[in-house]
Amino acid sequence: MSNAREEILGRIRSALKDAPVGPSYEEIPRSYDRKGKLDHEASLHLLKDRLLDYDSDIVEVTHESEIASAVAEALQRASEQQVLVAEAFPAAWLPSGIDVVRDTQLTTQQLDGLATVVTTCEAAVSATGTIILVHEGAQGRRAITLLPDHHICIVARSQVFELWPEAVAAIDARSRYAITTISGPSATSDIEMTRIRGVHGPRRLSVILYG
Amino acid sequence: MSVRVGKTSTAAEFPSAAKIALKNDQLRKNVHHATNVIRNKRALRVEEMPDWQLLRDAASAIKAHTLKNLDTYLIEFERNCELAGGKVHWARDADEANSIALDLIRQYNGTEVIKVKTMTSDEIQLNPALEHAGITPYETDLADMIVQMGNDEPSHIVVPALHRNRFEVRDIFRETMDLPDLTEQPEELTGAARTYLRERFLNVKIGISGANFAIAETGGVCVVESEGNGRMCLTMPDVLISLIGVEKVIPRFEDLDVFLQLLPRSATGERMNPYNSLWCGVHEGDGPKAFHVILLDNGRTKLLHDEMERETLACIRCGACLNACPVYRETGGHAYGSIYSGPIGAILSPQLQSLEHSRSLPYASTLCGACYEVCPVKINIPEILIHLRGRVVREDQATLSGKLGVENLAMQGAAMAFKSESRYEAAQKLVQIGQGLFERNGQLTNLPGMAGAWTKFRDLKPIPKQSFRDWWKSRETSKPGGEA
Repeated sequence: MSNAREEILGRIRSALKDAPVGPSYEEIPRSYDRKGKLDHEASLHLLKDRLLDYDSDIVEVTHESEIASAVAEALQRASEQQVLVAEAFPAAWLPSGIDVVRDTQLTTQQLDGLATVVTTCEAAVSATGTIILVHEGAQGRRAITLLPDHHICIVARSQVFELWPEAVAAIDARSRYAITTISGPSATSDIEMTRIRGVHGPRRLSVILYG
Repeated sequence: MSVRVGKTSTAAEFPSAAKIALKNDQLRKNVHHATNVIRNKRALRVEEMPDWQLLRDAASAIKAHTLKNLDTYLIEFERNCELAGGKVHWARDADEANSIALDLIRQYNGTEVIKVKTMTSDEIQLNPALEHAGITPYETDLADMIVQMGNDEPSHIVVPALHRNRFEVRDIFRETMDLPDLTEQPEELTGAARTYLRERFLNVKIGISGANFAIAETGGVCVVESEGNGRMCLTMPDVLISLIGVEKVIPRFEDLDVFLQLLPRSATGERMNPYNSLWCGVHEGDGPKAFHVILLDNGRTKLLHDEMERETLACIRCGACLNACPVYRETGGHAYGSIYSGPIGAILSPQLQSLEHSRSLPYASTLCGACYEVCPVKINIPEILIHLRGRVVREDQATLSGKLGVENLAMQGAAMAFKSESRYEAAQKLVQIGQGLFERNGQLTNLPGMAGAWTKFRDLKPIPKQSFRDWWKSRETSKPGGEA
């Protein structure tokens, strides 16, 4: 029995050997929009509109110094007092008087008992209301934004781009080991196309906009 | 080599399966409702994209380019995936893929696996192979759970349980999860699925996924989903096995710009689906410790030879063609006898199996073109359907029974008549005389034999006493020189 890899590659080459040479990669037409048309204010407005459409909460503040109080507000809205954060999460962004659990490679079972996680993000796309995580620093590893039922995500206004192509180009997305994009809370429409919020991922998404 | 596509080899042919489906009012109601909802949402979301057609052009060109250079991109994907700590295996057909998966699961001492929606695993019938070996697979997509627990088959590419309504789902869950008091409220049904799966997400050590895209440039894989079951299966287990059809490779990361804009809007009518997961190999301290890719051929490479057939492999499995298809909307997916149903199934299933099965599927279409219009990668499905009908006919003609079959004789006769003016006119005269027997109130309503298939549902205008040719001739004699 010949090697499967060689046989499959051989099948491909023999099937294509008489095919005319097509356009090269560089010749692929890319006249779709790669830059947004809105100014930054309008783009932010669009992001908020999309987030609300996905039933996400939004807390808006102006200065970085107000983040801690914004986190407190998001927690209060959900009647929660305990948060999970990545090890690298800035202490100054956490309100006093709450119970903070840092992810020191907690076990799955430990993570499962926690209701709320607070993270930063790498970028956001306003056209689709999408938050992009690359799982470095205060964004935390993948599991911490998955098991808790409430994800509070801090987004700097300067991280907001109108279109997906702009955002991924700006953050050099292709060099990252893992990327998770989040557009609203987890959802399903599998039963009679009725949209149900919250299946296995967080049922609640709160976004804090600052800067 | 044995190419297997789900259970197509034992499935009934489309015409007889469709007849049964058409008598099931509940099924048709469920299918109509679901396809209407998605179609309307899709139309809305496509409408707001000014560059939609330009994205389609790019997607079509990226796929055409990739398929033309498939060997190069697969090798590049393999190299980069392994540089990032993954291991790539190659499988010529369904059996080989199943046995690679089984060997891996045994190597890691697995007795159960959690699965995120992978049509490719349905294609190779991985679940029966696992069960046969004493390994329990848990489907984790809500619709796939409904299908698995109901001992059912998927009936749609994106929403596999759309043929079930809430009462049917309730009954399946009540029985399988032992929840006698469960109501039919979708919130409650979804909650039951969440509770049932949570423990498995946290404890099962092996995950199995498919892939929407495999990126040659980075060796990364992308899975598109909504419920978070995908993130669970891709993140929580120690071992991840991704089963990927060879046609899923794309050249570069920036190609996702195109596909991640087209896919969600086409598939579910969302601007973006709740979650996309992208990962490269393994990473210390985050996610699985071992990552295996099984690259699957299973008949795909045979489609590369012919330019038109090759286009079939550009499919990104959005299901838009199913929702748009007037045939699918009446019959639902099961009538196609394949996990790949609707227009794309009608071209994909027969081709993967070299037309050995699913031979009636190229006829399961009115050729209206709605599928082509909504296809985000511009697969010209009607053209491929006609091409495949031609292949089926030529293959039939090559057999003795096909050659002497009524249909072939009738078609050959018609071809003879159309080839010569005098024979055509003679045939026309013959029909003019014969049709009198079947004419009722100026319509042909009940023709015999093969023509009866037409008049069973529609009336046919008889050939008039004076044909166009007769009229043209008489016009030439009465007006010499004409008006030119």
